[in-house]
Amino acid sequence: MHISNGIINGPVAGIFAAVALAALAVCVLRGRRDLDDRLAPMAGLVAAFIFAVQMINFPIFTAGVSGHLLGGALAALLVGPWVGALCVAVVLIVQALVFGDGGVAMLGLNVTNMALLGTAAAYLLIAGLLRVLPRTPAGLGVTAFVSALVSVLVASQGFVFQYWLGGTTDLGGNLTGLAGTVAGVHLLIGIGEGLITATTVVSVAKVRPDLVYALRNLRPARPAPVPTLEGVR
Amino acid sequence: MRTRTRGFVAVGLLVALLVAGVVSNYASSHPDGLDSSLLKGCTVNADGEITGGSCPAQQSRDHELADGPLAGYGIRGVDNRFLSTGLSGVLGVLLTFAIGGGAFWLLRRRGPATPAAGDRPADDRPADDRPEAGVQAADEGQAADEGRQPTGTAG
Repeated sequence: MHISNGIINGPVAGIFAAVALAALAVCVLRGRRDLDDRLAPMAGLVAAFIFAVQMINFPIFTAGVSGHLLGGALAALLVGPWVGALCVAVVLIVQALVFGDGGVAMLGLNVTNMALLGTAAAYLLIAGLLRVLPRTPAGLGVTAFVSALVSVLVASQGFVFQYWLGGTTDLGGNLTGLAGTVAGVHLLIGIGEGLITATTVVSVAKVRPDLVYALRNLRPARPAPVPTLEGVR
Repeated sequence: MRTRTRGFVAVGLLVALLVAGVVSNYASSHPDGLDSSLLKGCTVNADGEITGGSCPAQQSRDHELADGPLAGYGIRGVDNRFLSTGLSGVLGVLLTFAIGGGAFWLLRRRGPATPAAGDRPADDRPADDRPEAGVQAADEGQAADEGRQPTGTAG
């Protein structure tokens, strides 16, 4: 879902570069609270893993179209929203600067859509769904699937919004046409994203539930009896 | 605890290297969802080049670093496509891990104090998650067990 050079005009790309930079700075400040000796290497792994899986374009049912993981939901589940957004941003920066994927001038737009919007949408859903769904692998899997699917749709509509602001082709007022096409394709890609995210997160949770950020921060079902840990000891 | 996390990260990295180094060669080469949406209105030949019509993708410009040694997920000068894609993927995973992991490691919280814990009460974190200097090695097994209790969801 990387925007190529020339698709969005320079001024709008510049505005979003500033927006992305400011938001990433907030992510660094908030993310530091989560980053400890255990989460830091895990976050490096999440970034590397997302880079790897993003290379795998999978075909979707529509002939001649492919999609790949964006990773916002996966990152949010494993390392939390702030560090997660930074993970996806690192991937996008490496892709743009080293692999020629996604224009360098478009980096702010791409970071906004995939790293910021995608991760934020995913985490809002994750926080809500984990509270109401049963604390089982199935509950976690459904949470991962739904949040991943929706995050892809939100990220894709972020692009539509940017195109409305600064698209380089006059669509003759037919922005809804573009929005519909983009949403339809990304609904299918979102299913792939959901399957990959759910499989990965449920696998990690089976081996090391303590490494899944979204599970770590779950409050106990009853109002938190904070002092018990010390009391038992 | 630390070594176990290190082991998990090592295994995870190995999986990522396999995905980027081998599986990547079986990826679909069709345009992705965004690119294909932007091609609507144009006709495209077998190589993906626009042959006619009018669509947003016609405005697209070359990448600034299209001549880079790894641009387009291949290694310039390596003719074997399988090798070129795979090696570029391996380098990409290592590079991403080095940059991301390095930056996160430098940014991490350090020391026994509870610095920017801010709005979060220190006690609702799993015991093994707290950077306490005072925790002795003997306590570590117990701490790890406690840490897993509230999170055993998927067990």
